[in-house]
This record gives sequence, structure tokens and C-alpha cells, in this order.
Amino acid sequence: MIKVNHLYKSFDGRLVLEDVSVVFDACKTNLIIGASGSGKTVLLKSLVGLHDADSGEIWFDDIQYNTLSFAGKKKMRQKVGLLFQSSALFDFATVEENIMFPMNMFTGWSRAEKLERVNFCLQRVRLENVNHLYPSALSGGMQKRVGIARAIALNPRYLFCDEPNSGLDPRTSIVIDELIHEITHEFGMTTIINTHDMNSVLEIGEKVIFIYEGKKCWEGANNEILRTDNAELNRFVFASKMAQQLRIKN
Amino acid sequence: MSKFFALIGSYFLLMRKVFTKPDRFSETWKQFVIELEKVGVLSVPLVAIVSIFIGAVITLQTSYNLTSPFIPKMYVGYMTRETMLLEFSSTMIALILAGKIGSSIASEIGTMRITEQIDAMEIMGVNSANYLILPKICAATIFNPLLTLLSFSIGLLGGWLIVTITGVVMPEQYEEGIRYAFQPYYVVYAIIKMAVFNFIITSVSAFYGYYAKGGSRDVGRAATNGIVNCSLCILISNLILTHVLL
Repeated sequence: MIKVNHLYKSFDGRLVLEDVSVVFDACKTNLIIGASGSGKTVLLKSLVGLHDADSGEIWFDDIQYNTLSFAGKKKMRQKVGLLFQSSALFDFATVEENIMFPMNMFTGWSRAEKLERVNFCLQRVRLENVNHLYPSALSGGMQKRVGIARAIALNPRYLFCDEPNSGLDPRTSIVIDELIHEITHEFGMTTIINTHDMNSVLEIGEKVIFIYEGKKCWEGANNEILRTDNAELNRFVFASKMAQQLRIKN
Repeated sequence: MSKFFALIGSYFLLMRKVFTKPDRFSETWKQFVIELEKVGVLSVPLVAIVSIFIGAVITLQTSYNLTSPFIPKMYVGYMTRETMLLEFSSTMIALILAGKIGSSIASEIGTMRITEQIDAMEIMGVNSANYLILPKICAATIFNPLLTLLSFSIGLLGGWLIVTITGVVMPEQYEEGIRYAFQPYYVVYAIIKMAVFNFIITSVSAFYGYYAKGGSRDVGRAATNGIVNCSLCILISNLILTHVLL
């Protein structure tokens, strides 16, 4: 479980996050949604410590993460997996070396053990025979899957995904969503996904947080999102004219 | 002015992150060996080619300018040796390496920054500055002073070849000049200078790459800033080191 209390973050005097308080449940896919520029990426990056919050509390279970020392944060980060929007695979390394990287840095495993884990992770994301390929030789969807494999290499307790579907076709997006959902339940992780893809929200949004102009505007589950009275959320969900007409008809 | 001090402060803060105990020594060693090849061994051909031509040109120019019959011709070899050892093989080679290695380091690290690869390392709990920059600094600072010796030797060889081919000076006179009043301390001086210059090249260019922001144009700008500031730092430190060491 990850708990956020009264989080504020500003850049050059411009408030980007304002009094955000939310609980992200364990063993669930928690989605942060919102329009571009609403502050959801800043929220995600503040949660993992890539941005330092101006004030507020971030709790990873019973540990207050944002007040930890550099060494404490470093130790904690070994329990965190992050899938970047751009996948952020190391372009100097093969797929196998990418997934092996955290194991090389933080485990004393033998090469055989590491290789076994790499192959398990690749199998888990349904990729085979790509061990010796470089990221540039992979499609966008495959890169995302390698990113997931690397993120789960050390069996993290917390998984963060920043727009995992950006740049992917709807079918591949669903595959990635289902994969993240399955892994979350299989390994009992607290998963937080940043997205503005409504397919993802409806497919795997066990808990959905809507951010509007830096504030938490709505919270609920995917089955509630289409019936809410929240005007801002409705404007976001039913953005196209056709969707608005369909909503009025129903 | 405050921007300048902020820049200096950021540089030293980064260096503090770089010079910490590696997360995993074996991985840093692996990177060190890779960097030895990238920043050191792969620079050998460039240094060799530049040095042989410059050695030959210095010899020719010195011989053309020594027109007085009262100055022995062996001074051509002497002048070539002193010029190569005191300035060219350390300072000029360092400026050339600043262009080659500096731009490569700044653009490599800058690209990793804007494609979030550095963030990915940080999220894993890896000290990215230490993992990426320390091996480069160590490899260049330890290996590249050898390039000074290589450049010096090849420069002298270039001079010998040109006097043998053109006959502007007798090869025996050139060889005598090379041996004349040789001070071994100058070799130490050149090596110390080269070590300091390589520290500057790798750390300054890595600094500009590490803090690159934006897109490909900004990476290019970081590489350019890296080279310009490396060159400036090399020239200033050359002045200071010459005053202190000689």
C-alpha cells in the first residue's frame, strides 16, 4: 500500500500538485488519470523520488519514503520497479543485459541463476529468443515488455508505470495492460499506472484517481467512472462529441 | 555571476556523487575496462597520425629558421624534442582529445539523460553518476598520459623521417640534438599535465551531458559547451601547472 498525505509540488513558483491525498491499494492496479499537463506525471515522479515534494507525506507501507536519507531511499528503491513512457532501456546493452543489470548491481547470484531469472522474466512477458537483441531492434510493444521484465527482475513490491500504452496500437495496449494486471496479482504488488487511455481505465482500473489541475478531483473504480456526476471527469471521459451524444442517449 | 558560481557548485556536487564507493566494484571494473578502450586505445591512431606530422613540421620549420652559421644544426633536434615534450604532446594532444573524447562523453551521457536511462538507473537505486562517470575519469586519467609518451616518441620519429628524406639536417645531427641536455623531469611534467587535462576533459564533458535537458538539439548544445569549457579549463590549468611545476 502507498499512502500520500497533503502533497504539494511546485516548479518556479507554479503550483503543479496541490494538497493531493490518496491511498493506492496493494494487489491492485491503481490508475492515475487526467489530461496532459494535469500533474499526473509529476505525482508519479514525486512518488518514486525523482522529484522532491515541497511538503506532504509519502508512505510505502509503514515507511515514510520522502523523509528517508539518501542511503535509505537507495535501499527502498530496490523494492521499486518503474516502467517508463519511453521504456528507457539501456541502448548500450542487449535485452538480456538490460534485465540482468539490477541483478548485477544488487545480488550475489551466479551467472546461471541470473540467466534463469532473465529467461523467467522474459517468458512472463511472453517474449522469447530476444536475449541477444539490442533495444533498437525491437518494436515499441516489445520494448515495453522488456521494460516490464526489467522492472520485475528483482521481484519489486511496488510497480510504477508511466503511460505504458503511449505510442502503441489498441490491441498491443490491451496486451500490455493485461500483462501488468496479471503480474500485479501474481506477485502481490502495489501497482500505480499513469495513463490517459480510457481503454486501460475500463479494462484494468481497479482503483482510479482523476487529477485535474494538480488536485485530486475524483476517486473510484472502473465500473463507476461512466456513471459519475463529476463534471470535470465527464468532460475528460466523454471528450469527443460522439461520446457525449451516446451518453445523452443512454 | 551567481549563475557561474551555481555552475561551479553543481560541478562539485556531481563530483561528490561520482567519487563515492561503487555500488558493485566488479561492475565498475567492467566499465573501466570498456572505457579504457573507448577513451584510450581508440585514441591511439588519431594521436599517432597528428604527432608524426606535427613532429615533421616542427623539424622543418625549425631548420628553415636556423639560418645563422653560428647555431649548430643539432639544435633542430633539440627544439623538436622540447616543443613536443613541453607543449605539443600534452597540451595540444589534450585539446585534440577534448574534441574527440569530450564530445563523445557529453553526447552519450546527454542522450542517456533525455531518454530517461539515467532516471531508470536512479530508480533501481544505482548511483548513476558513479556508475557512468567514474570509470571514464579513471580510464582517461590513468591511460591517456601514456598517449603523451606515444605522441612524443612518434613526433620525434616524424622529425627523424623528414630529415632523412629531405636532408635539411643530417640525421646524426638531429639525433645528437634529441639527446642534448635532456631533462627527465620534463617527461614527468608532461605526464602530470596530461593526467590533469584528462581529468578535466572527462569530468567537465560528463557534467554537461549529465545535466542536459530537452531534446537532441540540447544534447548537441551540451556537447559543444562541454568541449568549449574543457578547452578553456585546459588552457587555464596549463598556465597554472607550468608556473607551479617548472
